[in-house]
Amino acid sequence: MNMTTQTALPGWQRLMTLVLPRTGGESVFRMLFRGIAPPLLGIMVFLGLWQIGASHVHTSLGTLPGPAAVLKQAGNLYQEYRDDKAREAAFKARQKLRKADFLAQHPGQEYDAIRYTGQPTYLDQIFTSLYTVFVGFMLGTIIAVPLGIVCGLNKTIQAALNPLIQIFKPVSPLAWLPIVTLVVSALYVSPDPMFAKSFLISALTVTLCSMWPTLVNTALGVASIDKDLLNVAKVLRLSTRTKIMKIVIPSSLKLIFTGMRLSLGVAWMVLIAAEMLAQNPGLGKFVWDEFQNGSSQSLSRIMVAVFTIGFVGFLLDRIMHTLQQMASFGQGTE
Amino acid sequence: MKRANIKALVGFNTARRRFFKGTAIAACILALSGAAPFGMLDAQAAVGKAEKTSLKFGFIKLTDMAPLAVAYEKGYFEDEGLSVTLEAQANWKVLLDRVVDGELDGAHMLAGQPIGATIGIGTKADIITPFSMDLNGNAITVSNAVWADLKKRLPMMKDGRPVHPIEPKYLKYVVDDYKKQGRAFKMGMVFPVSNHNYELRYWLAAGGMNPGYYDPANGDTSGTIKADVQLSVTPPPQMPSTMEAGTIDGYCVGEPWNQQAVFMGIGVPVTTDYDIQKNNPEKVFGVSKKWADKYPNTLIHVVKALIRAGYWLDEQNNKNRLAAVKMISSPDYVGADEKVLANSMTGTFEYEKGDKRPAPDYNVFFRYNATYPYYSDAVWFLTQMRRWGQIPVAKPDSWYIKIAKEVYRPDIYAIAAKELIAEGKMKASDFPDFATETGFKGRQGGFVDGIVFDGRKPNAYIDKFKIGLKGNEKPR
Repeated sequence: MNMTTQTALPGWQRLMTLVLPRTGGESVFRMLFRGIAPPLLGIMVFLGLWQIGASHVHTSLGTLPGPAAVLKQAGNLYQEYRDDKAREAAFKARQKLRKADFLAQHPGQEYDAIRYTGQPTYLDQIFTSLYTVFVGFMLGTIIAVPLGIVCGLNKTIQAALNPLIQIFKPVSPLAWLPIVTLVVSALYVSPDPMFAKSFLISALTVTLCSMWPTLVNTALGVASIDKDLLNVAKVLRLSTRTKIMKIVIPSSLKLIFTGMRLSLGVAWMVLIAAEMLAQNPGLGKFVWDEFQNGSSQSLSRIMVAVFTIGFVGFLLDRIMHTLQQMASFGQGTE
Repeated sequence: MKRANIKALVGFNTARRRFFKGTAIAACILALSGAAPFGMLDAQAAVGKAEKTSLKFGFIKLTDMAPLAVAYEKGYFEDEGLSVTLEAQANWKVLLDRVVDGELDGAHMLAGQPIGATIGIGTKADIITPFSMDLNGNAITVSNAVWADLKKRLPMMKDGRPVHPIEPKYLKYVVDDYKKQGRAFKMGMVFPVSNHNYELRYWLAAGGMNPGYYDPANGDTSGTIKADVQLSVTPPPQMPSTMEAGTIDGYCVGEPWNQQAVFMGIGVPVTTDYDIQKNNPEKVFGVSKKWADKYPNTLIHVVKALIRAGYWLDEQNNKNRLAAVKMISSPDYVGADEKVLANSMTGTFEYEKGDKRPAPDYNVFFRYNATYPYYSDAVWFLTQMRRWGQIPVAKPDSWYIKIAKEVYRPDIYAIAAKELIAEGKMKASDFPDFATETGFKGRQGGFVDGIVFDGRKPNAYIDKFKIGLKGNEKPR
């Protein structure tokens, strides 16, 4: 078909051009099918195996829940969210009545309203986890990137810091937690705290465990800048600030983002563990509380949380990947 | 003529309407000012407004956190103008630490925790309690393997079921068997200063088994010196799974974790703590002394709400208990299945699967003055702490009574109770006579070994036990 006449084609003929084979040999539909079908097939097979396998495992709380039970609990959790909204509305209505009653009895006085305090719903807990991981990750990045740049540019500092990095890198968050708890409890004393201590403890633990990939990759990225570019900086007698902003960072951006992507993955995993023990009201605490409940629905609810954690982690990774693509000037990453 | 009649009628009706309207308004005003349905009292109240209205309380997932849940769900906290968040805690240590460092304003605590903290067993901090949350509520459960061995030696009733209460001396045979095989007999309890620890030890000692001594002066806080049975700490909700995994052979814990073991088929309860000590103190509501001094009015409002919650739980012979079970089975509170919670809360207790026995006072929230914090209860805990060596040296009777008076605060309870009576929400007959109440229960019987406890003579009581440190004895 002639390119010039394509726009004049009626709708159905344009549709036919999509379905019919192109010069490449594949129609768009076929390409889509090839992209979606294998993952879909994989998921279906997994669900089937899970359903069959779960009904054969007998724990003291009944059989392991299959996909249907887990889906039902997901629905329950959403319903609980709706119920909480309804309770909040009822509470506000009661408060209105109390206020009217109070003002009728004591005209002219000020009525102190009290706010609604429901239990955090599942959605609230997801947002708390996201917020905490974001803060922890940002803190880690703010520390790791400048430090990494310094390490990459200066071999002496790199050699000096390397043993410390290697020793602290493998430390588990559960080992940091008691120390961080004690330090925060001792240092963060204020009569009207802005942040809850459990939030700070979780965020700081996330920082301590997740900043190492960023640090190492930034140092590596900066150290492997093309020597010619650094020579250019010397020839032009660029100030350090200009050198870093115009040459170092743009060249090593790809590796910095690789590091950040790894760090975010680690941060999300560490967060769940840290929340369980620091009692930050997020997904980690949800899982721990459900374990403690020991009801016949607990396992299903924990599995809902597992899938939520996995799904959110996947989303975070995709976001970082997109940012990485944007920052790589189209050099293409995996 | 008709018209005139109608006019007269209408006129009369209008006047009558106006009269009734006026009376109705007057009646409403009188009713509103008298009834005060939402409890916002005016100048006649002795207690001022709460200084801090946004509060966070911690609890552990146990049946007896019910007064907190009830006070929230039934709006009693709202009536006092308090905005309360209830948050489940991971374990007793985390709960205590968070109360001490101010993250929690107050918490559901073990009755011995304020005492232990004040005298420095574990974290040292001044904690006080003006309200006792409940009596009884615990049981001792053993694994299926231990039960199989134990059952052989128990006296049976005509219908083939064991005679209850099971006396601790029968467990001694099983423990001796384990010793002959070279295996340690391990049991779990929830916290070093918990009622469970002292009850379990009391019961084991009554059966002739030594539960072990503490030696904090020499750094030994494991409590296993010279032990026939080794005791260790496990958080309550993890007890069933720890026993299932074989790490412990039995435990002493509060409900629902004993009935949960029966439900899961992994263990059998052998005795409830009602049979170890009739109507023993179990949980209290604790706050740090710093907090209480800073917010005295708030504390009184909190205690008022909790008293009403306790009353509701035991009201009219436990008629509200099923509603309470529904409340606390929510995953935000205790979370266990309703049918597991229902047994103990509604007056029965299941031992072996299918063997349900009546236990009307398994959980007591208000009857028998359960909410009054008696000094003699505090003294009892202190005597047991000395008996097992957590208090390393002997102390005079006056020391015991002084500590009890620092930690347990029936004076705050009395103010709150009198407020409620003045507001008409409760009657004076619901409470002890504050004019004559000394805070000491007098001579108490009802212990499994038959020994009588007099709160005013702690050292004499300590000397009565066969197993336990006496006088100035040391563990080694």
